[in-house]
Amino acid sequence: MSFEFSKENEQKFQELLTRYPKKDSLMLPSLWMIQHQESWISSVAMEYLAKRLDTSPMNVYSVASFYTMFHLEPIAKYNIQVCKTLSCMLRGSEDIKQHIENKLGIKAGESTKDMRFTITEVECLGSCGTAPCVCINDDYIQNTTPQIVDKILDGLK
Amino acid sequence: MIKKIESKNFDIKDSHVLKIAKKNGRYSSIEKLFSMTPEAVLDEVDKSGLRGKGGGGAPAGAKWRLIPNPSEKPTYLIVNADESEPGTFKDRQILEYDPHLLLEGIICSSYAIKSNHAYIYIRGEYVFWAKRLQVAIDEAYAAGIFGDKVLGYDYRLDVTLHRGAGAYICGEKSALVESLEGKRGHPRLKPKQKEPEWFFGCPSVVNNVETISSVPYIIKEGFEAYRAYGTEKSPGTMLFGLSGHIQNPGVYELEFGTNMLEFINQIGGGVKDGKKLKALIPGGSSSHILKADELEGITLDYESLRAHGSSMGTGGMILMDEDVFMPKVVKNLFEFYHHESCGQCTPCREGVGWSDKLLGKILDGNGTKKDLDTLLSLSFLLNGKTICVFAPSVAYIIDSYIGKFKDEFYSLVK
Repeated sequence: MSFEFSKENEQKFQELLTRYPKKDSLMLPSLWMIQHQESWISSVAMEYLAKRLDTSPMNVYSVASFYTMFHLEPIAKYNIQVCKTLSCMLRGSEDIKQHIENKLGIKAGESTKDMRFTITEVECLGSCGTAPCVCINDDYIQNTTPQIVDKILDGLK
Repeated sequence: MIKKIESKNFDIKDSHVLKIAKKNGRYSSIEKLFSMTPEAVLDEVDKSGLRGKGGGGAPAGAKWRLIPNPSEKPTYLIVNADESEPGTFKDRQILEYDPHLLLEGIICSSYAIKSNHAYIYIRGEYVFWAKRLQVAIDEAYAAGIFGDKVLGYDYRLDVTLHRGAGAYICGEKSALVESLEGKRGHPRLKPKQKEPEWFFGCPSVVNNVETISSVPYIIKEGFEAYRAYGTEKSPGTMLFGLSGHIQNPGVYELEFGTNMLEFINQIGGGVKDGKKLKALIPGGSSSHILKADELEGITLDYESLRAHGSSMGTGGMILMDEDVFMPKVVKNLFEFYHHESCGQCTPCREGVGWSDKLLGKILDGNGTKKDLDTLLSLSFLLNGKTICVFAPSVAYIIDSYIGKFKDEFYSLVK
């Protein structure tokens, strides 16, 4: 197994080098690029990044593991993130979570066997005025109802 | 009651597109800006009394003056778009409907602190908003608004968007800078005297999106125009959020000093489904909770909320109706804080987890009175013993929520 930036990401990396006083700042942008390229961040990719940033693999791992949005293990195709924080809870996020769990036959924190869906409970998505909020991969679904969830999940390939 | 300064363009179709933004007044402060010296801009902002709108409420001008003048090293403006405080969803409205307002504000603010590069740190979850903002930045570069010259004026300015990756604590300004330096988002020790933030050892200012977005109006119309709104000590306007059990949730721009109950009832439409209000959190989960009978006479400004034993925070109000069981609310918040503690300081890392565990035990029906007393005593261990104000926020929750709704908690224990 090996890893290197795609041509497009390499170009982006070079461009970003000109935008920060030190290349240390490229840590988060680079981790994002790796995750977009591979859908998760492997230890091989972290070793690669360490070399590119003149730091230790351990340091890359230390940073990557701090941020909840970086996946250090392979993840399902669709990551269904249900916001559980107060405003969403008051507006029925528990029912939404229950509904998705029943529909997919898994609990929050688990993935379906075919690795199509993962359910994750997440903290405040900043969508309190349009609660409850569910985020599938990058897309927010606001004012969620069980019917909306059904429609969207059934439409996913 | 509603006074649209920052949100003036929110209802205009495609207001995020440069052409339309320009037609509606964006970048119209720039001509006046460059007729002034940076010092004069600082003075104007100082006199306007503009206060940070990200939660702290510190005077923006005073913060900018912490930058050494002249500075031997480059200076930086860092915009905090890491909006993660529960109940807060105001910055994203600016990013969605009027990103050029923020970019205009960045020009004004950078010029005042003589910075040639601004960074916008946006929370990782805001993918849609980051894309929209990046499009606006690209449009601005293409139109000669950023780059070697700003709209033809002899001043270089670059703007770089930097995405976070899911850490509440990165909204704390020093943690944000650490994160921007490519590290874990650990807040830094606070200096004894006020200092700027240091980005790779260079003096920097960290301000919230909404604070920066307030600057163009002050430059263009003058400090007196801004001071015409709000109160003496809390001048101007702010974007207030309503969420939870409210009929019309959303973000509304109000003058500081607006009566809280009138806002909730007249604009918010009162409590959802005609129920009675039990309590509300006025400014994000880190402010003290207020019971319904404590709201009489409160106005939405820093001073009034402080006088009533709470704080303005981010202005994101969460309402709770009469059916809400307070121990469940507190458990929800404990889980949030437990999940989001950066783990740097032991009292926070262990204390918040312990609080969460104890309350879980109590809610499961296995708690004793002693457990509840232990929980209450944890407030002392959390408050004032850590690097940042994260753990004290949890202490406030223990004190104010449990303190004000004691019966509900004691009804759960043997």
